Amino acid sequence: MSDENKVDITGIDKASIEMIQKAADEGVELVFDRAKKIKPCPIGAVGQCCKNCMMGPCRLAGKDAEEKHGVCGATLGVIAARNLARMIASGTACHGDHGRDIAFTLLAAAKGEAPGYEIKDEKKLHEVAGWLEIPTEGKEKNELGIEVANACISMFSSQTGELPFIKRAPKKRQELWRERGVIPRGIDREVVEMMNRTHIGMDQDVENIMLQGFRCALANGWGGSMVATELQDVLFGTPKPIRGKVNLGVLKEDYVNIVLHGHEPTLSEMIAAMSQDPEIIAYAKSKGAEGINLSGICCTANEVLMRHGIPTAGNFLQQELAILTGAVEAMVVDVQCIMSYIVDVSKNYHTKIITTSRKAKITGADYVEFDEHNAVESAKGIIREAIDNFANRGKVQIPDIDTHDMVVGFTDETIAYMLGGTYRGSYRPLNDAIISGRIRGIVGIVGCNNPKVATDDVHTLLAKELIKNDVLVVVSGCSGSTIAKSGLLVPEAKDMAGPGLREICETVGIPPVLHVGSCVDNTRILIACTHMVKEGGLGDDISDLPVVGVAPGWMSEKAISIGHFTVASGLLTIFGVSFPVTGSKEMSDMVFNKYAEMFGGKFAFEPDPLKMAELCLDHIDEKRKALGIDTKTERVLYDMEKRRDLQF
Amino acid sequence: MSKIIISAAIRGAIVIVDRVEKKVNEAIEKFGADKAVAFPNTGYYLPTIYAILGTPVKTLGDMKPVLEECRKLLPNVPQEGLWLPYLGAGLDAGMAALWAFDIEEAIKYVEDTPYLLAEDCTEEQLWLGAADDIIMRKRGVEFVDGSAPGFAAIVGAAPDNATAVKLAKELQEKNLYVFIASNENGISFAEQLREEGVQLGWNTRLVPFGKDTSAAIHALGFANRAALAFGGVEPGDYDRILKYNKNRIFAFVLALGEVSDEQYAAAAGVINWGFPTIATSDIPQILPTGVCTYEHVVSNVPYDKLVEKAIEVRGLKIQITDVPVPVAYGPAFEGERIKKESMHVELAGPKAPGFELVRMKESDEVHDGLFEVIGPDLADIEAGTRLPLAIEVEVSGRKMQSDFEPILERQIHHLLNGAEGVLHIGQRDIIWMRISKKAKGADFSLKHFGAIIHAKFHSEYGAILDKVQVRIYTEQEKVEQLLGEAREVYAARDSRLKDLTDDAVDLFYSCTLCQSFAPTHVCVISPERPGLCGAYNWLDGKAAFEITPTGPNQPIEKGNTIEEVKGQWDGINSFIYSASGNQIEKFNAYSMMEDPMTSCGCFEAIAVLLPMANGIMVVDRDFAGMTPCGMQFSTLAGSVGGGLQTPGFVGISKLYVASKKFISADGGLARLTWLPKHLKEFLKDHIIARAEEEGLDDFINKIATEEDCETEEEVMEFMAKVSHPALTMDPMF
Repeated sequence: MSDENKVDITGIDKASIEMIQKAADEGVELVFDRAKKIKPCPIGAVGQCCKNCMMGPCRLAGKDAEEKHGVCGATLGVIAARNLARMIASGTACHGDHGRDIAFTLLAAAKGEAPGYEIKDEKKLHEVAGWLEIPTEGKEKNELGIEVANACISMFSSQTGELPFIKRAPKKRQELWRERGVIPRGIDREVVEMMNRTHIGMDQDVENIMLQGFRCALANGWGGSMVATELQDVLFGTPKPIRGKVNLGVLKEDYVNIVLHGHEPTLSEMIAAMSQDPEIIAYAKSKGAEGINLSGICCTANEVLMRHGIPTAGNFLQQELAILTGAVEAMVVDVQCIMSYIVDVSKNYHTKIITTSRKAKITGADYVEFDEHNAVESAKGIIREAIDNFANRGKVQIPDIDTHDMVVGFTDETIAYMLGGTYRGSYRPLNDAIISGRIRGIVGIVGCNNPKVATDDVHTLLAKELIKNDVLVVVSGCSGSTIAKSGLLVPEAKDMAGPGLREICETVGIPPVLHVGSCVDNTRILIACTHMVKEGGLGDDISDLPVVGVAPGWMSEKAISIGHFTVASGLLTIFGVSFPVTGSKEMSDMVFNKYAEMFGGKFAFEPDPLKMAELCLDHIDEKRKALGIDTKTERVLYDMEKRRDLQF
Repeated sequence: MSKIIISAAIRGAIVIVDRVEKKVNEAIEKFGADKAVAFPNTGYYLPTIYAILGTPVKTLGDMKPVLEECRKLLPNVPQEGLWLPYLGAGLDAGMAALWAFDIEEAIKYVEDTPYLLAEDCTEEQLWLGAADDIIMRKRGVEFVDGSAPGFAAIVGAAPDNATAVKLAKELQEKNLYVFIASNENGISFAEQLREEGVQLGWNTRLVPFGKDTSAAIHALGFANRAALAFGGVEPGDYDRILKYNKNRIFAFVLALGEVSDEQYAAAAGVINWGFPTIATSDIPQILPTGVCTYEHVVSNVPYDKLVEKAIEVRGLKIQITDVPVPVAYGPAFEGERIKKESMHVELAGPKAPGFELVRMKESDEVHDGLFEVIGPDLADIEAGTRLPLAIEVEVSGRKMQSDFEPILERQIHHLLNGAEGVLHIGQRDIIWMRISKKAKGADFSLKHFGAIIHAKFHSEYGAILDKVQVRIYTEQEKVEQLLGEAREVYAARDSRLKDLTDDAVDLFYSCTLCQSFAPTHVCVISPERPGLCGAYNWLDGKAAFEITPTGPNQPIEKGNTIEEVKGQWDGINSFIYSASGNQIEKFNAYSMMEDPMTSCGCFEAIAVLLPMANGIMVVDRDFAGMTPCGMQFSTLAGSVGGGLQTPGFVGISKLYVASKKFISADGGLARLTWLPKHLKEFLKDHIIARAEEEGLDDFINKIATEEDCETEEEVMEFMAKVSHPALTMDPMF
């Protein structure tokens, strides 16, 4: 390596830097290079460009942008709103389709048409059936599974009424949604209507557009994503606390390395199961490998990590880097967040990119269609292909730095259990900890990585600053794998927390940063918030809670959709990087102010991690004050009369 | 940090479950899996297991599946680094340990009874083991009405005997029960107290369960049975059982000295019930709240701050009236015995005249705080003297009524008894008192009777009275003269009470005091039907309402009569409906066959239909034997308690049997075929008088007891022999 070729990149872990340097040395282009090369379109970045019809595209930029109109007459506000709304629709479509696929897998499994899959969590099945108002008594699990799957599938095609999971929200929140007219009727319907309303010559009232945007986003958070999370738990088991590891160092030199990348756990679960098959292991050994080593990238990583402790090779921005190690026999991908350039990178090494979804093919990749009806054979076939590729390995360089342990698996169910065990599990100790001030508040750090910002640092600095100030942090998706790389997801990280949070961590035995799962699992945060409201003492709506959502390194349309259902659920939601409506004053006022009047939650935009933390703390303190828990509460002592008022 | 505590608790739980499993296997090998197991005279199997799992363990073999449940709950000990969350796991481990303790103690009873089956310890036998249901119900009532605000479970031993005595007395003075088990290096807190001559047993609220740590399970068994008996919680409904205990049974653990792994396991286990541990040694703490009401483990508390700290941690509010006497004072001393040898003086009783009387006076006739002793006081007499005694209490107050005189007068018994070294038996003109040499030695004087009555009357009845003065007479002549006047007052009261009938009043009184324990139960107290606990009559209700207008005793307008004979009124029905949380729609005051009153669990006795005999039997909670209906009291209590209406069964006070309105819609007193002998003796005069009114010839001799018959068939034979009137009455149903 010559000095002039030394890469200049900061804010990312050392293992990644080693691979980025390797790429520079070997002349391989990476996402980081392209991000530098391609200057983001400044007009598109702030929502000033409309290409919804071919009278344009119209760019409403400049000092007098606010006064300008598109060719059709659209104002800047309408253009920014329509663009944002279409992002919501796309995000909802992504998570919706994910949920739909899982529902069909459950249906096939329950019918016995998907060998290798079975209902693993009957308790969850019954609970979901309860929310769907399906009578459960006397029903065998597959019979009930079919009914639950069909009821979930019909959430997509439903045209009228209300999505059934809406009922899980606090009563007050449901009433507010009803009042605002944003309760989704059917998941697909809201996406279709959103696309229709943003067509040329349709909805041209900013507030009206965004109300449908919210309805579409709620069809994600309390619809598609929730279907995905809940039915994945039914099929594959609800995660429990488990140990795992993160970063490129989890790849093993002497093993056949298969990296699972994408989002849906259907295929990865089967690959995980089949990689244990003695026949498969023997086959790997026959090819000179010690065995098979699975690891994950992106949200597939989170799914298999939470359920099996399968290590995470990296987040979204490390997908190319994994290939650079030269140790990956196959990168198996399904849907969402797969950069097509991995095919280009893989050409420099022996790695096979295997696409598996009809919905997401990449030119130049191998395509092995995954069919849940024939999952065992599909999975075995893919693993064999990887094993066969072991012999083609060249030089291997696996970075052995910055690999961290983690303890993950903190679902809303885990939280209740870990606080009181089988018999007294509840959210009471969490609420008490917040009321007493030991935990000042809770911040969810979620969403993607973005090469436009110092990707790891922005997440990690934020998380560190928050826990230092007694804020419990929950993470999901690529934010989870990113923050894990700084060692904050181990219980020993309690020593980096403030005294109050540290005491809670020591009492319960948890890290100060809790990993809840993949990006569809943000719904677990919504449910946890609802449990906190229902437990009592912290107001009667999610918007009363000292809780904030942050997406410090967002990039995808899914993040915009998630952000909107978080706001609609009542939370302040802070976005980093940039916010795609800031070119319009009208829309800026809408998302940063008016949303709060409509839903109690709103967006804030702040790229600096320490300032983000400050915003979080200010908001938390404001909420604490409103709840009257900003001062020390007096200990109530109970005489007989007071005891009679206590419920049991 | 709690990792150390939880690790120790999990280690302890594993040891306990392993050991108990071995013991179960050995017992099965020796006695067979079908060998019956039980705690004597209890109706709740192994109560901690029964309450949480709903599993009735009846045989040694039944213990095996419970041990499997224990195994399922036992987690791994948290590893050194990179540990998984352990708090929930630790509570699970504690739960498993407690189930195992329940089994371990039950095995002790298989061969013979390892403990003394009694309320009080003897010189030979200190340990009492599981309380039977008679004790549990009797003492449970005190938890219900607040006279016992909670209990302290003590494990380990104090550093010395004097500290043990001081701690015990402090807890007694706070009215708390003290449940004692376990030991530290072979020394137990109970043994320390016994060495110092402290009276131990249920009557002084210092209850030694057993020397093993496993015996601590009897404290929890008591609490669980209270939830099942008084709370009406279904066995296996663990969520409600545990929350009932958290919110109703204010108990805590005092861990004295070093804490062993097994004690940690038990402490972790009882956190499930909301019972925190307060330790004297410097162990780690668990301060964040949420499973318990406040902190879970507080440690390093000095002995002189222990009780105060424990009460604060448990969230207890104990109101103690400061009674200015030179001896300890509290309900825990009510059950204290004073033997002849240790007595300084005997007052009144069978061999000297005596009485006590409370009278209402005009305000200017009463000098508040005047305590006078007319005649010799304790200092003036030799030890072992007998004196006559008159206690004359005069009160005034704007809200005072002459109807309240007997209510206040009845309090004197327990008020004076509460002083350490003072014994009071009886009431009116049959009182009998003793005062110990020790009390006299502490400068106790008869004037202090006045101090006690003055302080307690003001604190408890301050809403109705303003002034209290007390005169104590110990001169034979004066006492005899006043006794004649007192008897005239008693007679006048009795005749006034005779006129007080259900038909003569428009208001009945509710009593929802027990809703702290049985949330849907409502007592309706009428002049001719006292509360089923026997502690509250109509006048008590009236007075209580005057004292606390928003309290648990509310006047209820009878309203329109719906069923005259059965005793049903629309005003009463609508009150019951709302006060029972819309659970009970209607009730008949005078029938046990149709919509009878509900029962909380505090009832003194149960009336039970004997269908073939066309009559009923009544059994009280002091009778532990089998009854002609085929069930013991404890089993019967399970089917009528918890705020349920059960036709054919009704919980009653003992004296209700002698009321004109006693199941009058079902045929009244003439239906009574069987009573336990001691109850028949207790009610004899009342029954004879009532039978005369009813024109029932020689009726008292037509009531069988356990000496005459044990089964319903034998009752029928007995009835035929004595021509019992029920034989010719209309069918009961």
